[in-house]
Amino acid sequence: MEVELRNITKRFGEVVANDDVNLTIRAGEVLGLLGENGAGKSTLMNVLSGLYTADEGEILINGKPVDFKGPGDSISAGIGMVHQHFMLIPVFTVAENVILGVEPTGKIDYLDLKKARLQVREINQKYGLEVDPDELIENLPVGIQQRVEIIKVLFRSADVIIFDEPTAVLTPQEVTEFFEIVKSLRDTGKAIVFITHKLHEILDISDRISVLRRGQIVGEGDPQTTTQTELAEMMVGRPVSFNVDKEPYAPADVLLDIEDLTVLRENDDVAVDGINLKVHSGEIVGVAGVQGNGQSSLIEALTGLTRVAGGTVKFNGQNITHASTRARHRMGIAHIPEDRQRMGMIADFSIAENMVLDTYYDDRFSKHRVINWPKAYKNSARVAADYDVRMTSVHDAAGNLSGGNQQKMVVARELSRETMFLIAAQPTRGLDVGSIEYIHSRIINARDEGDGVLFVSSELDEIMALSDRVVVMFEGRIVAEFDATTHPLDKNTIGLAMAGAVA
Amino acid sequence: MNEQTESLSEKLLQRAAPGRVDFEDMVVVPVFAVIVALILGAVAMLATNVDLATIGRSYVALVVGSVGSVNAISETLTAATPLVLASLGMAVGFRAGLFNIGAEGQLLIGGMAAVIVGFSFAGMPTYVHLPLALIAGAVAGGLYAGIAGWLRAATGAHEVISTIMLNLMSYRLVDYILRLPVVQREGRADPISRSVLDSAELPRLLEWIDPNLRLHSGLFVMLVAVFLVYWLLFKTTFGFEFRASGANPEAARYAGMRSGLIIVIVMVFAGAMAGLAGANQTLGVLGRATPGFSAGIGFDAIAVALLGRSHPVGVLMAGLLFGALEAGGRQMQVDAGVSIDLIAIIQALIIVFIAAPLLVRKIFPWGFQKETRAGKE
Repeated sequence: MEVELRNITKRFGEVVANDDVNLTIRAGEVLGLLGENGAGKSTLMNVLSGLYTADEGEILINGKPVDFKGPGDSISAGIGMVHQHFMLIPVFTVAENVILGVEPTGKIDYLDLKKARLQVREINQKYGLEVDPDELIENLPVGIQQRVEIIKVLFRSADVIIFDEPTAVLTPQEVTEFFEIVKSLRDTGKAIVFITHKLHEILDISDRISVLRRGQIVGEGDPQTTTQTELAEMMVGRPVSFNVDKEPYAPADVLLDIEDLTVLRENDDVAVDGINLKVHSGEIVGVAGVQGNGQSSLIEALTGLTRVAGGTVKFNGQNITHASTRARHRMGIAHIPEDRQRMGMIADFSIAENMVLDTYYDDRFSKHRVINWPKAYKNSARVAADYDVRMTSVHDAAGNLSGGNQQKMVVARELSRETMFLIAAQPTRGLDVGSIEYIHSRIINARDEGDGVLFVSSELDEIMALSDRVVVMFEGRIVAEFDATTHPLDKNTIGLAMAGAVA
Repeated sequence: MNEQTESLSEKLLQRAAPGRVDFEDMVVVPVFAVIVALILGAVAMLATNVDLATIGRSYVALVVGSVGSVNAISETLTAATPLVLASLGMAVGFRAGLFNIGAEGQLLIGGMAAVIVGFSFAGMPTYVHLPLALIAGAVAGGLYAGIAGWLRAATGAHEVISTIMLNLMSYRLVDYILRLPVVQREGRADPISRSVLDSAELPRLLEWIDPNLRLHSGLFVMLVAVFLVYWLLFKTTFGFEFRASGANPEAARYAGMRSGLIIVIVMVFAGAMAGLAGANQTLGVLGRATPGFSAGIGFDAIAVALLGRSHPVGVLMAGLLFGALEAGGRQMQVDAGVSIDLIAIIQALIIVFIAAPLLVRKIFPWGFQKETRAGKE
């Protein structure tokens, strides 16, 4: 099956999301669709999946124009989409989720689960998916849940499968497995569209690459011959540097001193198991590890958000093991939380209000518990301009900002005050190349000014690019330590340590 | 570069015109909700064999009875005052993410406390006695609500459940207090309190026109409260913490705010407002306490707070509307012989439509901008 998008234009009010886009999707081929957040990738695919109607242009399937009035038309034409956020019911089994909406039924509307399970097994076998049809969704890791989404699409006999940022939620191992699945789908003759802003992934998996910028196709690439640098330049519209410039490594006093730190989860499982770690002023310590190995609990303990079960945390010589979040904040510890939407900002609040979310109480912005809003507004505008947060007004709701700008807002809030130490968790998750570059430079900047930085990321590339020292967490412990200032870091060695294989 | 930043930051300070969508949600939807509710109210009357002429007469009476004369306006404002006070407390709770169903009970306890202070302390000058009685009402209501707040913060007991329970307890508690020898009126066997002394009564405002006009100075207490709540919510660090905890409790915690403390403070404040509403009734309108003197004001206040979108000014407007419906409803009963329960139906319908803005948009498509799907990725 061949799908052709011809001269597609889609506008939202005055915003042109897709501008005269041409795209061909062929059977047995992976088409990589590359673009920054907001470039119009999702809009284009939503046009193809029938959620939006294009203002101009047409969609041709096998040369014949089609008219999608809604997602139903697109599904019955054989186009399936795996969304970035899964649409699964946690308390249902895999089989129940797969058949949802297209249930095989017998007499008097009898739900034929037996048949459903059989069909799921068939799909499993055909594409090597290995998913137990009787397992509840809530018991499955994210990587397997994604496979359930794929089964759902295949169950509705799709020939074209669109993946919208499929790797954003996966661990490195899961990504590898996912790529195997994509390849086997392609080899059985499915047409695949792979949407992403991650350059190395698109080079790994695609047969053809189209780059979208500001709603227009700005270039095509052959993964055999194109380089990451060329693609990045096409995507962003200017040369992008992947190498971050740092001042020479000059660590000073110990700022953060963690001794035998033990933290429990809510169910009393051990999350952090007797960790010892020192972070000096003027250095970046990267914490590598597959998500869920205690990094989040470590950060919560260091920021005073969870109780410490054992051990001590000293900051600048003071014991802060049981200090409150605010007390630590006042000592100059900045925190960029791992989930900006949930922990770092309030979507309904204005940007100005978000900019003072954890400083509203201090002398700069309030006196006798009355907030000096004009001053807070002015400060927000200055900081926003300083940190390149793109918006029209500080009075706009923060929820209307793009992901990259939301993150820049959080980074701006945390770094614009007097800080001594920065704790950053997944500071660039889900961001586009331009924003990542910017946030990295700000973190390096803090380090060069003498801050200590503890930096957690599940992106190994990022850890390797920024860190002076790297520690690897596995099952709550530090299982390996690497010093980038003495030996160059080796990706494979770190990767093995992340998987728990310690030499 | 620096100059560029400077000029950019100047530009960012400019406030965009309020969005059309905000205006629709805040103003257009409530207005249409009221219109639809009135139309459906007429249908309800038709269904109960009321003829068209009577329906017409009853709506005329509704208008006349609420704003048609000095007496009508006096009645509207008298009914609106406790509603606005209690629902200001609700609004602060909503903003902080707390659903305080207990205004009714807090109002009873507050009103009761105000009566007790009001009939004690004979010989005290008004400027001491009256504020004392009002404060007693606010404190008692606040403490009573504080129980639910403390339970939530310390044990996680949901405030909806605990405030409902506290409501039920307050009914019987008031019955009990009213039969205490120090409270019960001398020579009476039924549960009725002694009368509030003149020095603790909220002075009537329009006695110089007609001694029967009930409007009292509780109106000023209410207006001050509207301003105070606005200031509290939007200008103080307390209000900022309340709103942050309501809009995203997790982010508030990450920003170092103490959620437990905030819950208790908010509940106490909400209870104090309800208690003040109760004191307003006993000191301004009734002059004594009897079982069930709260008359459902605490529950209507929930509706008023929702209708007013938990904004102090919105609450004031919504409270005035509900006050007008109540005053007009009584006139409707007198003039057209239509049951006052119809007003309850209309109030209920207004709430239904407020709660279902999409339905209102469907019924009046021409009142709204064409829906555009946001191009967010």
